[in-house]
Amino acid sequence: MQTTEQKQNNHKRTFNTAEYNFAFLDEGSKREIRRKSLKAVAIPGYQVAFASREMPIGRGWGTGGLQLTLSLLGRQDTLKVIDQGNDDSVNAVSIRRLVEETSGILTTEETAQASIIQSRHRIPEEKLKFDQILVLQVPQPEPLRKVERREERTRIQHAEMDYSAMWLTLYESIVKWGSITLGADYPVMVHERYIMAPSPIPRWDTEKLHQSHHLTLFGAGREKKIYAIPPYTNVQPLEFEDYPFEVESFDGLSCRHCGSMDSFLDEVVDDEAGITIHQCSDTAYCRQQQERIG
Amino acid sequence: MAYVAVTGGQEAIEEANGLAHFYRVKDTTPSLDIESIEKQLRLLVDRVMGEGGMYAPEYAALALKQAEGDPAEAAFLLRAYRSTLPRNHYSLTVQPVDMRVIRRISSSFRDIPGGQMLGPTYDYTHRMLNFSLRQESNEDMIAFAKEYTDAAELADGSLTFKKVADLLREQGLMAKAAKGKSEEQEPFDITRQKMTIPTTRAARLQALTRGETGAMTALAYSSMRGYGVVHPTIGELRVGYAPVYIPYPYSSEGGDDCLYIGELMLTEVETINSFKQDAESGNVQFLLGYGLCFGQNELKGISMAILERSLETEGTAPAQDEEFVLTHIDSVESSGFVSHLKLPHYITFQSSLDQIRKVQVQKAQLKPEEDERDANNRAEAEQPQENIQHSRV
Repeated sequence: MQTTEQKQNNHKRTFNTAEYNFAFLDEGSKREIRRKSLKAVAIPGYQVAFASREMPIGRGWGTGGLQLTLSLLGRQDTLKVIDQGNDDSVNAVSIRRLVEETSGILTTEETAQASIIQSRHRIPEEKLKFDQILVLQVPQPEPLRKVERREERTRIQHAEMDYSAMWLTLYESIVKWGSITLGADYPVMVHERYIMAPSPIPRWDTEKLHQSHHLTLFGAGREKKIYAIPPYTNVQPLEFEDYPFEVESFDGLSCRHCGSMDSFLDEVVDDEAGITIHQCSDTAYCRQQQERIG
Repeated sequence: MAYVAVTGGQEAIEEANGLAHFYRVKDTTPSLDIESIEKQLRLLVDRVMGEGGMYAPEYAALALKQAEGDPAEAAFLLRAYRSTLPRNHYSLTVQPVDMRVIRRISSSFRDIPGGQMLGPTYDYTHRMLNFSLRQESNEDMIAFAKEYTDAAELADGSLTFKKVADLLREQGLMAKAAKGKSEEQEPFDITRQKMTIPTTRAARLQALTRGETGAMTALAYSSMRGYGVVHPTIGELRVGYAPVYIPYPYSSEGGDDCLYIGELMLTEVETINSFKQDAESGNVQFLLGYGLCFGQNELKGISMAILERSLETEGTAPAQDEEFVLTHIDSVESSGFVSHLKLPHYITFQSSLDQIRKVQVQKAQLKPEEDERDANNRAEAEQPQENIQHSRV
């Protein structure tokens, strides 16, 4: 039976946290996820299968990242959650609130203050440090899915390092379009061994994975895979000598708020003026730049 | 401002949650009683338990109330709740042959030992809206239930029946269940390990028994209609309560004491399929298709039996493709991923925009050269080209 107090809180809190374990998952599940994460760190770029629990947010909405985050959290941790670079995007808010409600730990919007950063589609502009962990949400962990739809086959291709179909596709793209037209989620070669999907981060962010100071963990909840890029790992976007990898171009553009010319920009259409303007996608970075300018 | 992130996310979510709550309660009283949902929407509760992978009628009813009756959402709530529960015990194998049967039919044999037992079914109702239900009162319900039980004659004897498949086995018409090794094998657990393809039969059956009823029905239907080879006869469909036991937790090593912890309502379907010659024994025997799910969910039980058999056959039809069937029938996964398209995707879209603009510029530069090409070449170039996907999110 519910108490009156619980009933009053019903529309604000969707569940009573006391009825759940710290950080939602039971300890056995968290341990399994941590073990699989360690294996992923030991074999950079290799997709480690894990059981993947159903989470209280949509499957395909960041449940892989969320499971990694929850399994890593201790009571002393500080978490930052972003979606599209934005702390205030609805899904980021939803995930942050879930972690707050089930663990009671501190959260922050300051990139430098977070010990764990869970993100969808972006790596923060601010360079991460060795004591920070970046958790990226992954919709499709298999980079070869573009060229081979069967999981059974792609596992063998990775094992045999048979990446010819992937290279051929890139070559065909050049023949058809004059360049490699892959947008976000640009495939990378990790430490000269595994081709890996870096999650749908823009090409702009891909280079941040190379020889980084921080650990990046990738979680795909629906596809039940965990993989990792440990610090100081070589991460090379796939490219040809005569067709080098190129990041998104924002030539001559700057953020309308902070004036930054070296951050990833969102396009915003101003309906009234009928013009396209730009602003930083990383809101925390933008705010920091604005404060610096004063 | 089309691409701007929804800002004020925190407030927006709170308002949306409040509004959803408002839509659930506005213009209506009394509040739906959980027990009423559990008992009066029994078949929906059964379906949600099956897809949620958790036998808990009261929680399934609660989930349905909370989800305004959306079965996918309710099954999802149960699954998420399930993730928080430690696993304390493993039951002994549940034996549907020990089922206290409430319904049992065979479409293969007119006379089966124990007889056909129609039980509670809508199969032979006329699908006409019963307008009198609009006026049904509590008193009417109680009165009917009392009248019905008073008038019913309790039959003597057991409500457990021999299985039709066992009868066929006794007559050598169906392969006997493999004894020994397979019985000792600990089953693969799809909730504790990622299923890899090709997978084990245990994993396959688990994925099917948690599958979404509609998705499985569609695939089973495709197999029967022509995209496959399985079109079975129902040897037996039974619905009833099966007892569940766990090993006695404090029993000495090797002791086989056990504790009765309750019963589950299950639907079990065994289908009879075309026969084949066994390579080892040389016997010609019928092939069994097997379906089992929580509650009374006959459509799913039958669909599972068809798909289970279909996956055992070689062929190119979708319903024969293990990876295709097993990875696409889970309601939490399919509904989750389809609905994730509602999330913002402007970073990936920005990345595609960058690429399309670049290609447009390049194509514009190439245009004059293209114009000089002969007509044949141009026709070829204009044919729809298979594009590389610009973003997969």
